[in-house]
Amino acid sequence: MYKVKVYVTLRESVLDPQGKAVMGSLHKMGQSEVEDVRIGKYLELTLQKGDYDLDAKITAMCSKLLSNPVIEDYRYEVEEVVAQ
Amino acid sequence: MNFAVIVFPGSNCDTDMYHAIKDELGMDVEYVWHDETDLSRFDGILLPGGFSYGDYLRTGAIANFSNVMSEVVKAANAGKPVLGVCNGFQILLEAGLLPGAMRRNESLKFICKQEDLIVENDTTMFSGLYEKGERITVPVAHGEGNYYCDQETLEELKANNQIVFTYASNPNGSVEDIAGITNKSGNVLGMMPHPERAVDELLGSNDGLKLFQSIVKSWRERYVAAT
Repeated sequence: MYKVKVYVTLRESVLDPQGKAVMGSLHKMGQSEVEDVRIGKYLELTLQKGDYDLDAKITAMCSKLLSNPVIEDYRYEVEEVVAQ
Repeated sequence: MNFAVIVFPGSNCDTDMYHAIKDELGMDVEYVWHDETDLSRFDGILLPGGFSYGDYLRTGAIANFSNVMSEVVKAANAGKPVLGVCNGFQILLEAGLLPGAMRRNESLKFICKQEDLIVENDTTMFSGLYEKGERITVPVAHGEGNYYCDQETLEELKANNQIVFTYASNPNGSVEDIAGITNKSGNVLGMMPHPERAVDELLGSNDGLKLFQSIVKSWRERYVAAT
């Protein structure tokens, strides 16, 4: 089995009002060193092994559904795991 | 004309849309469930507002993979009028029928109030009965209506006259005050404001009715006058 960890974030050119609000709260906490906060999504997929191109499959899933390429970027990590 | 109101799990403006078409516009209309695989009997397709699939992942992202969406694409490619309002607009963006994407409102607040819109293009099949520059009052109700596209896309939208409605006073942070855009060929319109909720003075405004009447007028000119 593969465990695929997908991180989806807003593209750098896109403003993140949620991140900005959270940064404001961090500053109120006294964390004045915080210069920027970006909020994203984290997804974990578990895939059966098979006769397929893993990177192509993940890319298709990420670009067509898991992220919206107009405003979001993604990256992923793959881990091999033993089926429970 | 025979209209379809597409209903997804979580749509909540479908009844408003149905009422606007049936009772105010006086045209035929049917509710169509999202797993329908044939829309050929319809002359116009309406995607109503709401929270399809609870806005999971991204607004409109899950609805885009419904069976009915390949039929909506087919209708759009055939030149039939396709209107997406609010969540319907978000679905059309996810489907790639319209360019750009939606972000959370700049204020992070859900905004629900009357907005003044400016008619930027009165030559589309959705806006033919308005005047260019006319101010109309139509309600908005959304948390993610902050339209975004890159500079290149924006130049294209302008060059092709695809921006149909802008906000007189931008409530959500949308690029260029954009409230509604069409595709390049002009038969797919997405807009965040709700024209179907502005079809009777009782509702505070009937400025939205002309949008639906424009669709019928353009359809008649195209099909009825020719026969």
